[in-house]
Amino acid sequence: MSKKVKEEKQQVPRIRIKRRKPNRSRTGDFFIYLFLVLVAVAMAFPLVFAIGSSLKPLDELFLFPPKVFPQNPTLDNFRDLSVTMSKSWITLWRYIFNTVFITVVGTVGHLIIASMGAFVLAKYDFPGGKIFFTIVVTALMFNGYVTEIPNYLVMNQLGWLDTYWALIVPAFAAPIGLFLMKQFMEGIPMALIEAAKIDGASMWRVFFNIVMPNVKPAWLTLIIFSVRDLWNSKAAVFIYSEQKKTLVYALTQIQGGIIISKGQDAAITSAGIARTGQAAAVTVIIMMVPILIFIFSESQILETMASSGLKE
Amino acid sequence: MKDYMMKYFVLRRHNFRVAIQKAKKSKMCYVFLAPYAILFILFFVVPVVMSVILSFTYYNILEPPRFIGMQNYINLLLQDDVFLTAIKNTFLIAVITGPVGYILSFLFAWLINEIPRWLRAIAVIIFYAPSIAGNIAAIFTVFFRGDAYGYVNAILTEIGIIDAPILWLTDPTYMLPVCMIAILWMSLGTGFLSFVAGLQGVDVSQYEAGYMDGVRNRWQELWYITLPNMKPMLMFGAVMSITTAFGVCDVTMQLCGYPSTDYAARTVVTHLFDYGWSRFEMGYASAIATLLFLTMVLCNKAIQSLLRRVGT
Repeated sequence: MSKKVKEEKQQVPRIRIKRRKPNRSRTGDFFIYLFLVLVAVAMAFPLVFAIGSSLKPLDELFLFPPKVFPQNPTLDNFRDLSVTMSKSWITLWRYIFNTVFITVVGTVGHLIIASMGAFVLAKYDFPGGKIFFTIVVTALMFNGYVTEIPNYLVMNQLGWLDTYWALIVPAFAAPIGLFLMKQFMEGIPMALIEAAKIDGASMWRVFFNIVMPNVKPAWLTLIIFSVRDLWNSKAAVFIYSEQKKTLVYALTQIQGGIIISKGQDAAITSAGIARTGQAAAVTVIIMMVPILIFIFSESQILETMASSGLKE
Repeated sequence: MKDYMMKYFVLRRHNFRVAIQKAKKSKMCYVFLAPYAILFILFFVVPVVMSVILSFTYYNILEPPRFIGMQNYINLLLQDDVFLTAIKNTFLIAVITGPVGYILSFLFAWLINEIPRWLRAIAVIIFYAPSIAGNIAAIFTVFFRGDAYGYVNAILTEIGIIDAPILWLTDPTYMLPVCMIAILWMSLGTGFLSFVAGLQGVDVSQYEAGYMDGVRNRWQELWYITLPNMKPMLMFGAVMSITTAFGVCDVTMQLCGYPSTDYAARTVVTHLFDYGWSRFEMGYASAIATLLFLTMVLCNKAIQSLLRRVGT
């Protein structure tokens, strides 16, 4: 039966739709592709190089002329990294745990709290709502460095210095998350909410059972921005005890050997050389997580960003 | 005149009463917004206010703040030579990487909008990856190392352009340009995503109407159809790139060290770090933060009023 259907389908002559837009020149297209390929190679090169060097054995790292791709790829650098770090006072796993904990808790909290705020700002008209949103948009216009010192004092008052909360709780209130969520929620038809209300659903139920499942693309967007910020946070100021520092902080310490010795004196400290590979390994671990999340959620993120515009 | 004033006040009072009644009816809205609002005020609004207040004081954390009027600002602008270097560097970086990064973001978003969907998805990942990869800028220290082993030096020597290695990261002549290359490489960020998403969302029927009405090539299409449709995204992207452009510090610190040779790569934010976290002159650092805040917000407002005219 199904075979027959298939045959019938094949017999239908295919209508070729002309896909090309009528006002595009072929030479123009050719140059666009050429240009994009060149730029893409240039953009990807440092990343590929970093991944390449994390897989190189020690003798290849300083090979001249340098090769982008390792001849004998090895995972030695990653193994050495865990060996070196397990001997040190704080193990690598502790740094990884700190970073993962801060990122996961901060992101989940941000998602819930920012969505709740965004929901009422997008769907209800209440006094003060518009002004509040304008202030949040203004907060997009400056970055964390401006508020770092007073934030330190606030944390001090709250007694949160040197705890994970000093990094986690401010991340809950990241303005970009509320902004994107609110813009995206405006696309949900009000009729959906009204219908639920008439059926007797409370506002909490409307929020959790109707609005949130409908904005899944926006979840992923909030997650990627929150992860980007938390995963890469150095935590140098708010956290001073070593066992609570993050992975990025550990990376800067491992790189330390190179960074101190680079420059006028060509003599590089032996520690620096031995750790070049390991530094590359940590760099790769750190950069892969946000990139992988982005790769798997790209289409949903783009769907959210379509409503990201700043309307007047 | 008096009559008008009376009427105005009566109207205001009436509006106020209506607002209060509305607020009473929408209690749940405030409940939903409260968690976000409290955290936002605590970690974004209060710090900005505190920073402005502290900027008029001498405060070193140990002693209570002492009011000294405009002294901090006077010292900053008239006596602190390093700050003037920092301003010069920040503005140079912001004026070059901000607009160039912004235009490149739009250009690439526009160009990849022309290519097939699956290719576009890959291109977005390649272009966006550097900006979420975090501390990846450190890889540029490997390329631009000052000795003959630095790849750029090696290549330039090979070709015969230079005969002695250039100290890219310690010679003040080259520090800023090298930083700018790294910053530009990472500049296709949130704004870029917004552009890509916005371009996908432009109504196809508008383009079709354009063919009918005689839009002859892609440039006319860009100016008459695409750009006016993209205005909200252009605004959002501008906010993002201005904020990043003025907040430059990570890249310069990673590449040129902190402090850098002759302060040649010092930016306003690193100056703020220096006074805030190394010298603990919180009042002085707050003055820097306040100036930075004002610059960022005013610049954003100015650019927005400029962008409103695009395509009209």
